[in-house]
Amino acid sequence: MSQAGTLPNGLVAVVKRDCETCATVVPVLQSLAESAGLVVYTQDDVAFPVAADWVIDDTDLVVSWHNDIETVPTLIRVEDGVEVERIVGWSAEQWRAFTSQESLGEGLPDFRPGCGSLSVDPTIAPGLAIAFGGSGLHARRVEFASLEDDVEAMFDRGWTDGLPVVPPTEERVMRMLEGTTRDGTEVVAVVPPNLAEVTVEKVAINAVMAGCKPEYLPVVLACVEAICTDEFNMHGVLATTMAVGPVFVVNGPIRKKLEMNSGMNALGHGTRANSTIPRAVQLLVRNVGGGYPGGVDRSAQGNPGKIGLLIAEDEEGSPWTSYSQDNGFDEGVSTVTAFCSEGPHTFVDQISRTPESLTKHLASMLRHSNTPRQVMGMDAMVVISPEHMQRYADAGWSKERFREELDKHLAIEIDDIIRGVDGIDEGMPDAFAGATLQKFRPGGLQIVHAGGPAGLFSSILSGWLTGHMGSVPVTREITA
Amino acid sequence: MTIVLDPTSEAAPVERARSPRPESLAGLTVGLLNISKPRGDVFLDQLESRLGELGAKVNRYAKPTFAKPAPVDLRHEIAASCDAVIEALAD
Repeated sequence: MSQAGTLPNGLVAVVKRDCETCATVVPVLQSLAESAGLVVYTQDDVAFPVAADWVIDDTDLVVSWHNDIETVPTLIRVEDGVEVERIVGWSAEQWRAFTSQESLGEGLPDFRPGCGSLSVDPTIAPGLAIAFGGSGLHARRVEFASLEDDVEAMFDRGWTDGLPVVPPTEERVMRMLEGTTRDGTEVVAVVPPNLAEVTVEKVAINAVMAGCKPEYLPVVLACVEAICTDEFNMHGVLATTMAVGPVFVVNGPIRKKLEMNSGMNALGHGTRANSTIPRAVQLLVRNVGGGYPGGVDRSAQGNPGKIGLLIAEDEEGSPWTSYSQDNGFDEGVSTVTAFCSEGPHTFVDQISRTPESLTKHLASMLRHSNTPRQVMGMDAMVVISPEHMQRYADAGWSKERFREELDKHLAIEIDDIIRGVDGIDEGMPDAFAGATLQKFRPGGLQIVHAGGPAGLFSSILSGWLTGHMGSVPVTREITA
Repeated sequence: MTIVLDPTSEAAPVERARSPRPESLAGLTVGLLNISKPRGDVFLDQLESRLGELGAKVNRYAKPTFAKPAPVDLRHEIAASCDAVIEALAD
């Protein structure tokens, strides 16, 4: 029995009616059929170029797909069941040399480019790949009953974060995988808490469910790599009873390419890339890692950012170095940083017109990050809005100057916050009495710029236990 | 019918956990699934009459063949419309 798509010996052409070049060469095809036994496979109309026994129906595209036809017309020579030569499009010179017929196509134009084969049409190709076994997808197939609603079926199986997800059909997952050059079988990371190996394909499945576009996939992959590290400690981030989860900051040209929002509502909803990329990561932690709320995720209260929170820094609107430059990456490199946080709360200052006043006020709020009664143990991120940033730009303050001034106001007299002082039991242990300590460890304060043009409000995102005991921010380059 | 790719680590079977065993069958709908072996119907007829005495409503189902698993649509129909199911093997 011959294999699917096997071509007969001799001259073979593949054409479609919906192609001007194919229509142009109809007389040539007829002539070659009579003189050289040409067989023609037709992709879209069994009566094209004519209804004849040398015209074969390939409307199911079996022959086209198995022979990697990318252009019509394609002319192929087959000897002993093996293709030995092919040309595409119409070139009188090439066709004459190919067929050794010097007067072939007289009266036709010398050259016409071919058209795209239906077998590589982006709306058709994924289905063909599945039908003919070339999808290369390895994940277990799960069949829903015809009376089951797809979206309800995904809820029933416990695969969602409480919001509907997009069913990860083979076609959608194949399209998603086109967003990366990495092989679907490549292991990306080992996902806590169950320490399950996750492949590019599994990441793609969860990215489909989250609503990502294929071009988002490299960012999702970088996010997964960032959180599945000892430094980020995703297991601890899940298991803590605090309300934290991963927050992602994206830098570099990928922000524009994916139309991420760095402006109005930058920390909120309404932009597909910002919302779906972190959601894909959280779905993956749930579905692959087994990090279920109420299971290993022991958060007492949680926070809405755990659905997925991603901040694209407004680098262009800032006079300062970017957050990824702070983390050691060159300008122009796309990165994502995972930071463990409870999510944003607002810092209000509508009166300060000098950087000195604004910085002192901001520091007074940062002294209360997580609790005013503890120091050094937890990081924080400040997302400075454009209007607040303008104060620093106008005064010519660099990021370094800002940090130095802020640090001055973040030196804490521990005697003021010792356990029991002011009638509050929470506080620093007696062993630290008399000391002056910084609120944050060196490098513990993350500074990012984002937001809409108007509004004298910035945000503080308080962290969780930092250092090797907890979680430190992890940056990964976004590649392909 | 939709076929999707499993988003999980595939460490657990696709089938979902069974519902808790009911305390009583009174007022519940019980599916009787005949796997289509000979005399399964005799056994299930007897069960239907006993279940009726217990106050249960009975729905009858049959697999197309005992040699293959129940089709996914049949499983879904039973799950959607019954509180409990009794599957009959017989010969």
